[in-house]
Amino acid sequence: MSNIWAVCKKEIKTYFTSPIAYVTITVFLVLAGFFFQNLILWFNQYSMQMAQNPSYLQQININQMVFSPLFHNISLILLFIIPFLTMRLFSEEMKRKTDELLYTSPISVKQIILGKYFASLFVLLVMLLLTGILSMLTFVYGNPEVKPILIGYLGLFLMGATFMAIGTFYSSLTENQVVSAALALGTLLLLFVLNWASQFIQGIWKDVLNYVSFSQHFDNMTKGILDTADLVYYISFIFLGLFLAHSVILSRRWR
Amino acid sequence: MIEVEHLFKKYGDLLAVHDLSFSVKKGQIWGLLGPNAAGKTTTMRILTGYLSATDGKATVAGYDVFEQPNKVKRIMGYLPENVPLYPEMTVQSFLHFVAEIKQIPASTRKEAVEKSISLSTLEPVRGRLIKNISRGFKQRVGIAQALIHDPQVLILDEPTIGLDPAQIIEIRQLIKNLKGDHTIILSTHILAEVTQTCDGVVIINEGKLMAAGSLEELTASLQEKDGVFIRLREGGKEKVEHFQNIPGVDKVSIRDDGFSIEWTKGKDSRDDITRYIVERNWGLLEMRSLAMDIEELYLRVITGETEQ
Repeated sequence: MSNIWAVCKKEIKTYFTSPIAYVTITVFLVLAGFFFQNLILWFNQYSMQMAQNPSYLQQININQMVFSPLFHNISLILLFIIPFLTMRLFSEEMKRKTDELLYTSPISVKQIILGKYFASLFVLLVMLLLTGILSMLTFVYGNPEVKPILIGYLGLFLMGATFMAIGTFYSSLTENQVVSAALALGTLLLLFVLNWASQFIQGIWKDVLNYVSFSQHFDNMTKGILDTADLVYYISFIFLGLFLAHSVILSRRWR
Repeated sequence: MIEVEHLFKKYGDLLAVHDLSFSVKKGQIWGLLGPNAAGKTTTMRILTGYLSATDGKATVAGYDVFEQPNKVKRIMGYLPENVPLYPEMTVQSFLHFVAEIKQIPASTRKEAVEKSISLSTLEPVRGRLIKNISRGFKQRVGIAQALIHDPQVLILDEPTIGLDPAQIIEIRQLIKNLKGDHTIILSTHILAEVTQTCDGVVIINEGKLMAAGSLEELTASLQEKDGVFIRLREGGKEKVEHFQNIPGVDKVSIRDDGFSIEWTKGKDSRDDITRYIVERNWGLLEMRSLAMDIEELYLRVITGETEQ
């Protein structure tokens, strides 16, 4: 455990002593803020219009009209930003040959991967917590429900964590950071839109495509529905990504 | 302390290490010599657990490198050819990180960092970012990280590469000071380094063992004759015959501005030769042994002029 923590601490320091974390977090917050502002403006306008008809007004729900789409938007920003956070995790070590220090130290490859992965999760956590400020504002001026928002955030965190596990895997493959980011981005996008194809397919493959795609699992959570099946989906994806990274690194020593 | 038995390493079709066996005794410094791409780095990487071997066995302090890698890594310090440094860290925080991953307990970690800083004389740069320090200091940070957990075994891949002459002497001195408590294998291209620091050498070429042993043993096994080179105040061809008459002397020839005199190995004709010259008042200016130096030894081993 202390080994994981040692690697994790070092990685967090690297993220925050270089511009990487600051730049990505800033870009993320600017985009998230932009989407939030637009959603709120649209929500205001809509509420004004509906105000003339009290029966409609009852149906207006800020959770559904602002937060649910906001979470979708944020998930898309994460998809584009996370490959840039994870690309360096192993690629940089290989390029600088510092992996030789790590792999000749008495810590296991598993511990190295987890340490690095947790450090990237920490950056994700910081990003999501900072968007929390936006959500706070809605509590000041309105009365949204807390539970769906928290579940939505959990969904975002799990989704981001899945992106990061996939990014970690691609980073373990190559010493070229651009290649690793491009591969991760491509894979994430494909998995994101995979269910679009399902409307043209029938039978079991339709279900498979729908299950593998990120969207459906995330959709439930943005609506405040917490289903263990979705949790299992994300956790198995995270496990798969880290397991593949582990296999790649071990196999490199046997090449 | 270090035993390598019939080690093989294949990269695809390329045989990088071919049936390599040698052993290093506790407390000694051994040099690993060979031309570029001879398999030195690969051998070191296998010993440190960075790479696996295709076949063979290697043990360090009784632990099998492949079966008990973590036990080996705990007692081994390694300075790779490319010093593994994180440029965005300060010297001190880097060493602290290394101390953590080398499993030094939290209570003695600070002490270990301080000790490695003073041992590698890094005091002046301890708070600077690694990317901003000179090459010589970087190399020393590399040595400091290898030493930090006071390992029984040290593997140093070209420890003096890229340093200026004064720094080379410093690092060599540092390595010599480590002798006794630590068993060291170092690879180098500087042959003088071997004579100055090493107890023995392992010479490899194309992954194969060419020779292994102490320098004296190797020189002795390669040389059929002993001899001296002498220089007199006045030379002259006629003196060749004089020397030839000294009992025991086999061969005399003129070399440079002096004479080389050889005799069968095992005898020693130096006293006779000196007496002969002094009695005739020829003015002896210089006399030195014709023993093979390390360059000659190395070249003869590498070019295969020997049936080892």
